Amino acid sequence: MTADVAVLGVGLHPWGKWGRGFVEYGAVAARAALADAGLEWRDIGSVVGANTVRGGYPGQVAGATFAKALGWQGARVTSVYAACASGAQAIAAARAQILAGLAEAVLVVGADAAPRGFFRPAGGERPEDPDWLRFRLLGATNPAYFGLYARRRMAVHGDTLEDFALVKVKNAASGALNPHARYRRRVTVEEVAASAVVADPLRLLDICATSDGGAALVLSSLEFAHRHGASEPVRIRAVSTVTPHYPSTVLDLPDIATDSAAAVEPPERSFRASIARAAYEEAGIGPEELSLAEVYDLSTALELQWYEDLGLCGEGEAAKLLREGATAPGGRIPVNASGGLASFGEAVPAQAIAQVCELTWQLRGEAGERQITGARVGITANQGLFGHGSSVIALR
Amino acid sequence: MSRTRTPAVAGWFAGEGDAFRLLGTRCSACAAVFFPREDTHCRNPGCPGGTLVETPLSRRGRIWSYTDTRYRPPSPYVSNPELPWEPYALIAVELESERIVVLGQAAPGTAAADLGVGMEVEVVPGVLHEDTETTWTTWNWRPTGVGA
Repeated sequence: MTADVAVLGVGLHPWGKWGRGFVEYGAVAARAALADAGLEWRDIGSVVGANTVRGGYPGQVAGATFAKALGWQGARVTSVYAACASGAQAIAAARAQILAGLAEAVLVVGADAAPRGFFRPAGGERPEDPDWLRFRLLGATNPAYFGLYARRRMAVHGDTLEDFALVKVKNAASGALNPHARYRRRVTVEEVAASAVVADPLRLLDICATSDGGAALVLSSLEFAHRHGASEPVRIRAVSTVTPHYPSTVLDLPDIATDSAAAVEPPERSFRASIARAAYEEAGIGPEELSLAEVYDLSTALELQWYEDLGLCGEGEAAKLLREGATAPGGRIPVNASGGLASFGEAVPAQAIAQVCELTWQLRGEAGERQITGARVGITANQGLFGHGSSVIALR
Repeated sequence: MSRTRTPAVAGWFAGEGDAFRLLGTRCSACAAVFFPREDTHCRNPGCPGGTLVETPLSRRGRIWSYTDTRYRPPSPYVSNPELPWEPYALIAVELESERIVVLGQAAPGTAAADLGVGMEVEVVPGVLHEDTETTWTTWNWRPTGVGA
């Protein structure tokens, strides 16, 4: 088991389509996290930026970009990229520096300014890039992969379109209570069913939007936290950033094919399940001890998949768990009390950080109308393109 | 003017008609199969590394899952923005002997509503798009028992 690090401060720039640059969103979130921590920017010994591919060169060196925007003060800098898992990589880098004694207080920032419509690869002819190839050869957008997973669940587990819609209904109800969410309106099953099909069988309201947003954390050693008056801070006990095991037999973004299992038997667990497993093992905590979970609901069907991959229920039982109300606020294990990506839309490098912000508010008892009573342990889960695991376990 | 037929990606498929096949590679040391082809190193972490030899994949498989594209995909997918968008289905197919799932466009005329998980399909030559000089070719999946 590794030592804990403290979450001293959290901050978000509200999600939306604001039409401004990612630096502004990140700087706003960073200042909010510093204020929440009760620290000055000069108290920060290291800054870790989660990169965005949409911000030109400054987006590729996000750590330095945010440090400059906040005013150069000489902090150590790190910039990381792992697609949707960039935020978890940034948290992992910050934690490693704290546990190694390289820095006492680290600012973690991620922000994105998303384009309209489908995410698309950068221009040029790049036949060696699987992400470019899947668009070029197949026109396979992200929602196409979500459609494949959804249809597979329907065939294997008997999930229905109404099951999927009920995930949206649940998350929209929570998002309506969250001042940082982009969509703050309740949604009905009928509204989901009436929205346009994007990628059979999924409809517009089954699929998360792409958003502008920014998220930041101030992480520190427990000793630093105690010195600064935080006697019982929320603590991060595990950060899982694992890669898959060969052969990976679930067709994943952005691949055109799975690994072949002709020569080697598939691993016991799917990649997604192994991400959570690594976090549980590192924390010495099991799924039965969780108070809440924030999972990456890129689509409604994918949220159901996470229930099983996190071990909240057995394989094929996710729709039943949902329909029992177990994953709604007040249930046994509320999932996406923030409103999830259904209510936020994805701001790629900020999202995994925002998940930890939500856990922190919930674990502190500061989540307002969406507060989960008595929350003590939470998990986040996410998966980045190209084989990036992302899961954080935090506790009070 | 007749167009030249050119694969949209080099070395991934070959042959005409019933002889059309996807081309992967197989490791001579551990027998692992790769598609898209690996030509440099075997990716099996337990393999000391063997020679990678081109191998045609099974012609037929069963549908692992499927979906469709109701909206025009962005570049680098090529489509004529002046024509109304026509959705096509995407099919992920499990090949039994290779134990691999390969994604592809459905053959023209095959809609998502015609498909089901577990249904048998076969690989057939397809056209990705055409420009003034070139017909860019690809692979398509087509339910078996459907005529060309």
